[in-house]
Amino acid sequence: MSRSFTPKIVTASDLRAGDVIYLTADDQWTRDHAKAELIDDEAHAQMRLLFAAAQKLRVVGAYLADAKAGPNGPEPIHFREVFRTKGPSNYPHGKQADLTH
Amino acid sequence: MYSYSDFDESFVRSRVAQFSQQVERRLDGSLTEDEFKPLRLMNGLYLQLHAYMLRVAIPYGTLNPHQMRQLAHIAQVWDKGYGHFTTRQNIQFNWPKLGNVPAILGALADVEMHAIQTSGNCVRNVTADHFAGAAADEIEDPRPYAELLRQWSTDHPEFQFLPRKFKIAITGAPNDRAVTKAHDIGLRMVRNAAGEAGFEVIVGGGLGRTPMIGHTVRGYLPKADLLPYVEAILSVYNMLGRRDNKYKARIKITVHETGVEEITRLIEARFTEVRPLFKGADQKLLADITAAFAPPALRTGGTEAYDAFYTADPTFRAWADTNLTAHRDASHAIVTISLKAHGATPGDATADQMRLIADLAEKYGYSDLRISHEQNVILPHVHKSDLPALHAALGTMGLATANIGLISDIIACPGMDYCDLATARSIPIATQIATRFDELKLEHDIGPLKIKISGCINACGHHHVGHIGILGLDRAGVENYQITLGGDGTEDAAIGDKTGPGFAYDEIVPAIERIVGAYLEHRNDPGEAFLAAYRRLGMAPFKAALYDAEGARDAA
Repeated sequence: MSRSFTPKIVTASDLRAGDVIYLTADDQWTRDHAKAELIDDEAHAQMRLLFAAAQKLRVVGAYLADAKAGPNGPEPIHFREVFRTKGPSNYPHGKQADLTH
Repeated sequence: MYSYSDFDESFVRSRVAQFSQQVERRLDGSLTEDEFKPLRLMNGLYLQLHAYMLRVAIPYGTLNPHQMRQLAHIAQVWDKGYGHFTTRQNIQFNWPKLGNVPAILGALADVEMHAIQTSGNCVRNVTADHFAGAAADEIEDPRPYAELLRQWSTDHPEFQFLPRKFKIAITGAPNDRAVTKAHDIGLRMVRNAAGEAGFEVIVGGGLGRTPMIGHTVRGYLPKADLLPYVEAILSVYNMLGRRDNKYKARIKITVHETGVEEITRLIEARFTEVRPLFKGADQKLLADITAAFAPPALRTGGTEAYDAFYTADPTFRAWADTNLTAHRDASHAIVTISLKAHGATPGDATADQMRLIADLAEKYGYSDLRISHEQNVILPHVHKSDLPALHAALGTMGLATANIGLISDIIACPGMDYCDLATARSIPIATQIATRFDELKLEHDIGPLKIKISGCINACGHHHVGHIGILGLDRAGVENYQITLGGDGTEDAAIGDKTGPGFAYDEIVPAIERIVGAYLEHRNDPGEAFLAAYRRLGMAPFKAALYDAEGARDAA
């Protein structure tokens, strides 16, 4: 039985600012999860991860995270990834302070 | 307090210069992240969930007002206007940009502070009783020994690549406020039959995924033997400690696997070899350090104003009853400033709060400040007649919360709001519990109760030694909180017992409420504190309150 593949996005930390960034389909980095490339093919995901990891002057610690399609673009699945799209819950700091939705 | 020697000064400056170049080389691509990561960690710089985090050591929790103001300055200029005091007497800045870190380290060096050995497999910041040098129950101020250990362990060539990180805690008092039994090495000052002060040496304690209470390997160690003995312990650990498995690399596992008797024999054998190499330079240094820790010249004067105010003002009285500790001088008090205002993040202080505390330390506290592992700030020496004015001033910035040792004086690690290792959040659990019991107006009635919360198994929030411990886990993609009861971080150290299945994020506060309800129902009288009641009653009534009630509610 073939294992079904959960769609992924590529995420990392910005080398200079340290904040959470996502890889877009046109090879850019965005701070907005909804603008990330949603990858539904395992081989393609690995290729995109290699591409991301190679950008040593821009990103740190690239990895693949589970995601799903939403009305405005990809949405995170795990609560850790949900927190990474916003920032801490005790202060309005991080993305929730800066991103205009 | 101890002031840097020329050696310390040039060492710290050279490390700042070195790291500045390393950051430059990382940013221009000459260093890869794999090459840079160990270098940044050696300088206390982590990459966390949303940003970099810089961990700055506050050796044995001692600060002067000048240093506190510099921390405020750093928070304001390079961070988001606050700092987080940790359970290891460090301060963490949660939002520095990589390019600014060299400037921050330079600003720290200006006030004799640094972030060296706040990460990595080396001897970390030596922690101490936060009431050191002031407590009425103290045999001797342990901080000169902590400073001696700091100097000895800083950049010690033999111990820079230990199997795992290594934490030493020291107390000079029989009442252990430094959790010495849950450290790799715990040092407790004791007296021998002749009345001379020395150390009980405890090895192999630790929390984390395998919590263990340390074992005494020497009941009495003469003070002059401290460095060679600690060196012998580290030397044995360095040889035996497991490097094959990160989770079995701490000395607690080495002690467990080797056996207390055998490890004691090995330490003593190594000590015999090492002792002759210490020819007195350390003792000369210790004498100089001890002189630098001379207690302040305490002023004299009556305390009638305090007594009158205590009687007249119930708000002040409530604060005095919880936030003051007996000073060795009866006309003075030790003041604990709560960083646990109901609903606020445990351990956080804004730049303005830090500046106010620094001013008040100068005005009323002989310019001495401490940070406790319980994430509060201490003014160790305040004349009692100054307490009403101090209390009023603290109240202007939300620093007069009367809750030390009570249910809202919660230790909490940063958890998944900041930490990359966390498996669940801890801060909102702490703030919700504090807010809830404040609403119920029950916390003074409940009395002494220590809740400690960790957001992962690594136990930075010391949950194992909380009277009520809460551990946040990821259970199949959902935050889940496991409760332990009966833990104790004092000289009677004990690891808490698990109650049973964990609780979801929105169930944990009601669960804590049920535990506290069971305590109030079953305690003998208000004088029987939670921990004593738990020890008498055992788990059964708490388990019933936790799970039977839940079952009844679900069935309803």
